[in-house]
Amino acid sequence: MPTVTMTVNGMERSGTVEGRTLLVDFLREHLGLTGTHVGCDTSQCGACVVHVNGSSVKSCTSLAVQADGADVTTIEGLANGADLHPMQEAFREHHGLQCGFCTPGMVMSAVDLANRNADPSEHEVREWLEGNLCRCTGYHNIVKAVQAGARAMGGGS
Amino acid sequence: MNDFTYHAPTSLDDALAALRGAEGGTLIAGGQSLLPIMKLNLAAPTDVVSLAGVAGLDGISDDGDSVTVGAMCTHAQVAGSATVQGRIPALAAMADGIGDAQVRNAGTIGGSLAHNDPAADYPAACVALGATIVTDRREIASDDYFQGMFMTALEDDEIITAVRFPVPARAAYAKFANPASKYAVAGVMVADGPAGVRVAVTGASGDGVFRMAAMEDALRGSFSAEAVAGIGVSSDGMLSDTAAGAEYRAHLVAVMAKRAVEACG
Repeated sequence: MPTVTMTVNGMERSGTVEGRTLLVDFLREHLGLTGTHVGCDTSQCGACVVHVNGSSVKSCTSLAVQADGADVTTIEGLANGADLHPMQEAFREHHGLQCGFCTPGMVMSAVDLANRNADPSEHEVREWLEGNLCRCTGYHNIVKAVQAGARAMGGGS
Repeated sequence: MNDFTYHAPTSLDDALAALRGAEGGTLIAGGQSLLPIMKLNLAAPTDVVSLAGVAGLDGISDDGDSVTVGAMCTHAQVAGSATVQGRIPALAAMADGIGDAQVRNAGTIGGSLAHNDPAADYPAACVALGATIVTDRREIASDDYFQGMFMTALEDDEIITAVRFPVPARAAYAKFANPASKYAVAGVMVADGPAGVRVAVTGASGDGVFRMAAMEDALRGSFSAEAVAGIGVSSDGMLSDTAAGAEYRAHLVAVMAKRAVEACG
């Protein structure tokens, strides 16, 4: 069985996986990083979004072996100790979540957008969140949170 | 998903050797089409050969009369490329409308074309623009490449290395997207370029991309939305599924064609 080694949230992590092991399963089952969620398992909902080499991807539609050697960031890698990441803080401040199931993917997707666009318009945020589904909030406060979080990030992660 | 042996070659030769040595091998680029169908057991390869580490399959170059896109370029790279935006803005806009942001960050032009989903966007762009599919062993004209749903001219062990798009005088893509998947319910690329005036339709037919000759003739006479507005589209051969019936799809083709011509300016 293949062995994979990747940098996850700044730490080198290795594991023995099957070829078919999904990246999300490697993160959750092998590394215990259960902040990344599995919702639909069909690339639609975005609960599983993580960053691979700085770009947001759906970890339910990536193989662990594809991320061998990559730099991976999950929701657990954003906060600095007890200090929330500016995007997490913006979601808290603007009530951008209710049940919270979609939130890790929403935040990781939003951070990728903010890294590309420091001051996204409401339209740009809504377009970017095409691949992140929330069944609680109606998106309104999520959009406000993403705009505020992007501004708070000031063009950097 | 059945298990498989994974290969991560760094050269085309090694990729070809791995593919040929496998009982039932397949290539993986970004995996955004392959992995979903493997999860459904619609594909169960014994070996999966990744092209991610193969040198020479990336990059976008401006060749004057054409733009060449490396097979492993992601949709996000095509959409964000200053070269593509400057020379063939319709292609950049089309790539920016594929799936969602995360699919665009992982999915590639080569993977999409090798898969040839009948509702994918790239087939319409390739046929309308008269693109050439470059492989490890030959060049294939788009007109010869697409051979029906999930069928292409590729041999079993053939690898797409790049796609060459002639620069058109004007072109635009209009898509009526499935709201869940963003696949085309009907997508029409209109181009006026070196290959002539072409109208290519994706998403509407179970046979994949096709051209609308009547619209092309009309646009040659007068390149205007009015020229195509009155042309009826037959529902014969159109897909009928939960997203849209055949008659509705035929109607959408006419509407998208008109919008695409209008967007050509």
